[in-house]
Amino acid sequence: MLVKSQEDRPICKEDDISIVRSSVKRVVALLNFSLVNQTKIITAASELARNTLEHGKGGHALIQIIDDGTGRIGLRMIFEDTGPGIPDTDRALEDGFTTGNGMGLGLGGARRLMDEFQLESHAGSGTKVSITKWQERL
Amino acid sequence: MAKDTLTPIASILSKSSADIIENWVSLQLANKNRSQAVSDSSLTTSSNEFFKLFQAAAKDGNIENLNTPEWSAVKLMLSDLSVSRARLGSSPSETASFVLSFKQPLFEQLNKDFGNDPSLAKMSWALSVLIDDLALVTTEAFQKTREDIIRRQQKDILEMSTPVIKMWEGIVAVPLIGTLDSARTQIVMENLLQKIVDIGAKIAILDITGVPTVDTQTAQHLIKTVSATRLMGAECIISGIRPQIAQTIVHLGIEIHDIVTRATMEDALREAMARVGWYSYKEADAKDEVR
Repeated sequence: MLVKSQEDRPICKEDDISIVRSSVKRVVALLNFSLVNQTKIITAASELARNTLEHGKGGHALIQIIDDGTGRIGLRMIFEDTGPGIPDTDRALEDGFTTGNGMGLGLGGARRLMDEFQLESHAGSGTKVSITKWQERL
Repeated sequence: MAKDTLTPIASILSKSSADIIENWVSLQLANKNRSQAVSDSSLTTSSNEFFKLFQAAAKDGNIENLNTPEWSAVKLMLSDLSVSRARLGSSPSETASFVLSFKQPLFEQLNKDFGNDPSLAKMSWALSVLIDDLALVTTEAFQKTREDIIRRQQKDILEMSTPVIKMWEGIVAVPLIGTLDSARTQIVMENLLQKIVDIGAKIAILDITGVPTVDTQTAQHLIKTVSATRLMGAECIISGIRPQIAQTIVHLGIEIHDIVTRATMEDALREAMARVGWYSYKEADAKDEVR
């Protein structure tokens, strides 16, 4: 796995979510994803950025263009915060489970919208969510 | 730093005031890179005014702390100057260099009077820091003016971008454009519900063609708007759902329950008209029926 380029965006206030969204929008257009996949990726980024802000109390997003070693290009986004963490990650991934005012679909939804999804969290030490979408093979 | 090292500055300012100011104004006028936005006469006036206030503020030898009351007049004058010059088209760096250019005549005078005095370096340093800080005041004021403008425009855009249009008897439509956040939803809801009351609308069409991303938060805002409309006794139709948005909504797992949705505004309008008892035909089709 090779990281070809990387952008680091802070997520500290509401406006930062739109900034993350527009950065992702630019990268997905650059990588020539199909319109459906572009929309899916931007939406997943929007969900996780909001989680970072609202549940993680702020953090940052890494937007990476990666190569799997065989020349296949993908987009990976890592959302990291140092907030309270998620005590029960399985529960958090269940649809409809929320600790806030949202719909409780953000995490599970982001997982379904992307190809790969990793969630690491321990109570008290923050949360790291990593999602990847690979370019469609022609 | 002891105050008494710095008191000579106050005496220089009063003793050689005429020389310093004359020197300063001529230096500025001679500067070829000077912007044409500020006329010679207003430059002379503001230089004199700044010098007078600067002299008064430094009178007691305090040139180290700008947060004391004696400097407030200087800061106020610089903020006003920055704002008024920005209106004339000066860049923030031009306004800042107006203040920074004050160093040269001041240091020349210090050098003349204290050339051999060991405290010269200390005095120059203190003055240099002071004038740099004053230059920052102008930049901050400029920035603040800009931010005020941006904030006002954002508010204008927010209100402008959410019109509620009467489409037909009993039918209103809201074309949503941009990101649907909480503030936006609030305005849309207020305007929409008011319009429903005003014209006694039975159907409201929310068009999301111009909403780039529909995430769970946006969906939640839409659902709330639909519920509020229902409480008013009207029905909502959401139109402008593009194929990629439809797929994303399904993957996110958002249940749209019994909300009526249509792909295009045209379909939504036809549906809405049918519900209030209007049907539309093409002229040719209508003639066929008559025959």
